Amino acid sequence: MIATEDQIREEILDAISQHRIMLFMKGSPEMPRCGFSAQVVTLLKENGAEFAAMDILPDPRIRQVLSEQSGWPTIPQLFVNGELVGGCDIVTELAEEGKLREMVAA
Amino acid sequence: MPDTHEIAGLIEAALPGSEVTVHDMAGGDHLYAHVRAAQFEGLSLLEQHRLVNEAVGELLGPGRPIHALKIKTEVAS
Repeated sequence: MIATEDQIREEILDAISQHRIMLFMKGSPEMPRCGFSAQVVTLLKENGAEFAAMDILPDPRIRQVLSEQSGWPTIPQLFVNGELVGGCDIVTELAEEGKLREMVAA
Repeated sequence: MPDTHEIAGLIEAALPGSEVTVHDMAGGDHLYAHVRAAQFEGLSLLEQHRLVNEAVGELLGPGRPIHALKIKTEVAS
């Protein structure tokens, strides 16, 4: 599959707008390829979230375009209602404070 | 490999008056930064973390010296 950078951008923006809870991660929820991504998946599941995920590893431009769009340098990145919530530290802190459950509640 | 003092210095310079501790978590490219700053007052967690990420700027990200920066922020009173 050959995609242009514009197509990648469109795919990312579509994913963010179409899924209320959207996680960009390394690997898949079934098989995370990074401890930080794995932790966010676990926390989302523990808090009953139904979420969509995109693996950023297949093409380095996915990550590059995503970070340009979000202004956030690292992966994972969690979006809720079209807005960036944060990475692993923020999601962990929100989960500890019980705020993640409210945020992801359907 | 970035020096933890250098990283702490960058954050302190961006947030004057802040108290910053930076630890190496694994092999020098996974760092932990604890930042206590008055500038965090009234900001969301995301905005607080953004200020710290921006201070470290070009050093953080894929193919850069710091692979991951774990951040814990605290509002100084």
